[in-house]
Amino acid sequence: MSVQPQLQTQEPILDVRSVSKRFGGVEALKGVSMALYPGEVVALAGDNGAGKSTLIKTISGVYGADGGEIRFAGEAVRFATPEAARAHGIETIYQDLALADNLTIGANIFLGREPMRRLFGFLPVLDRPAMAKAAKETMARLDFHVNRLDAPVGRFSGGQRQAVAIGRAIYWNARVLIMDEPTAALGVPEQRKVVSLIQNLKAQGRAIIFISHNLQDIFAVADRIVVLRRGTLAGERRIADTNPDEIVKLMVGG
Amino acid sequence: MSAQTSTESRADPAKSRSRQLILRIAAMRAWLFLAILLIFFETWSRISYGQTFLFSSYNAQSIAIFAVAPLLLALGSTFVIISGGIDLSIGFIMGLAAVIAAHATNLAGQSLPPFAAMLVGITAGLVVALGPGLVNGVLISKLKVPPFIGTLGMFGVARGVAFLLAGGTTVPVANSWFASLGNGRVFGFPVVVIITILFVLLMHYLLSQTRFGQHTYAIGANEQAAIRSGINVPRHIRKLYLLSALCAGLGGVLYAARFTAGAAQAGEPLLLDSIAAVVIGGASLFGGSGTILGTVAGALVIAVIQYGLVFINVEPFWQFVAVGVVIIISVLVDQTQRKLGGDR
Repeated sequence: MSVQPQLQTQEPILDVRSVSKRFGGVEALKGVSMALYPGEVVALAGDNGAGKSTLIKTISGVYGADGGEIRFAGEAVRFATPEAARAHGIETIYQDLALADNLTIGANIFLGREPMRRLFGFLPVLDRPAMAKAAKETMARLDFHVNRLDAPVGRFSGGQRQAVAIGRAIYWNARVLIMDEPTAALGVPEQRKVVSLIQNLKAQGRAIIFISHNLQDIFAVADRIVVLRRGTLAGERRIADTNPDEIVKLMVGG
Repeated sequence: MSAQTSTESRADPAKSRSRQLILRIAAMRAWLFLAILLIFFETWSRISYGQTFLFSSYNAQSIAIFAVAPLLLALGSTFVIISGGIDLSIGFIMGLAAVIAAHATNLAGQSLPPFAAMLVGITAGLVVALGPGLVNGVLISKLKVPPFIGTLGMFGVARGVAFLLAGGTTVPVANSWFASLGNGRVFGFPVVVIITILFVLLMHYLLSQTRFGQHTYAIGANEQAAIRSGINVPRHIRKLYLLSALCAGLGGVLYAARFTAGAAQAGEPLLLDSIAAVVIGGASLFGGSGTILGTVAGALVIAVIQYGLVFINVEPFWQFVAVGVVIIISVLVDQTQRKLGGDR
């Protein structure tokens, strides 16, 4: 019951083939397959315990798969750690954002790999101007225009912080972005901003998987919906060919 | 839909500007406290004694020498507290280093010339201080012992060992070089103060201009974020407690030099003073904020209160009250700042 996306000639950037994962006696994923194409947004839907989180954690290197295979840009890959996945360009943006609230946008983008410059020709110091410049440019690419580059990100709103987390991923050339409930903790206007952010990323040719409980957001931004139920693929639909009622039926197994 | 946005545009600009001003003043509160105290003592001194308080080089130097030991402890604690930890063992690590430095200088003096013996003593004091720091770091980063408990245990261990090594008494040092390290002057400035200023500059650089400092702030704000950014957090935490112990060790060595004697209890009253200096200096015990320059101001505030109250003949016990009041005011300002700044 696979649905071909619109760009059939292109090779999928991410190809998950009958991946399974068990925790002790519990089979969290029972041979799930899905593909993701560049410039495509796929929503991952399903009830609690359907296996959404397990699937994205398997893709992003948090868990190793027990069976099946994951292909990235045509090659079979096995990521031992999230860092290995990130090095390939698969970036996960978690619900709690993983930002250091006391640091600037630039410092957050470069956290762990800060650029250095030499003061007076010998003393290595943090290259704050370079960080601020990169922060400004990256945020502008996301259509967020921020002037206060020296303010800690804790002073920004939820949607802006979400943009910083996404900005960090795209600065380091993420080709696949996995977003776990990106709109869950936000107010309605901020949710709209994040939705437009995702459309912006899609236009840049990046591939996005996002988990959401909000069917309205899913229909606003996704090209396809992959529905999981109790660790199996319950169905896959193109947005144009489906409606919320059908998705809910797939989710609950009606 | 365009997501054009900027924080300022959403708030009333005048309100936002006064908020910015309040935040800026709150960030510098330690220097403000210091200025108020100096004005108070200067006024008092001129009215009661008809002489200056601050502009007497004797008073200024006394305050600076007074501030050296608690400041050295506080420098290391600034890093630890920013990372969201605490190090209660530094007082007795300082005592241990003082006793070891005294013993080692005397022992080496039997076979080496005084200058070399002094170097042996300094090295021994600093190296031995790193031991408890290493254990603290391993307990906290590997064995996941809460910093408060782990370093409280090390407080007891270092205290016991320091008293045992000192034989329950103070260990006098007979070494002319060591004595002039503690009491000598270069161009009129006390050597201990010069060493401390150089160390302050080094720590300021480390905290504000290096990856090490940046990662310390990140760990204090969001340890998960630091881990996900690829920072080796356990290793970083071990370095922090080593640094804290090194600062305490230096404090102990300079103490032994100044009094030409090592005493196990040298740092006992300084633990709380040093933590107070960090907190008055603008650090939050929740982690994530603080600066070296703030800590310097905090240490000076405490030293000015202690010296100044003696100077104007107030009963010494009022020092505790005054320092306590300043700590409480400082924490209240910190709370307000958090509320205004929206930092959690």
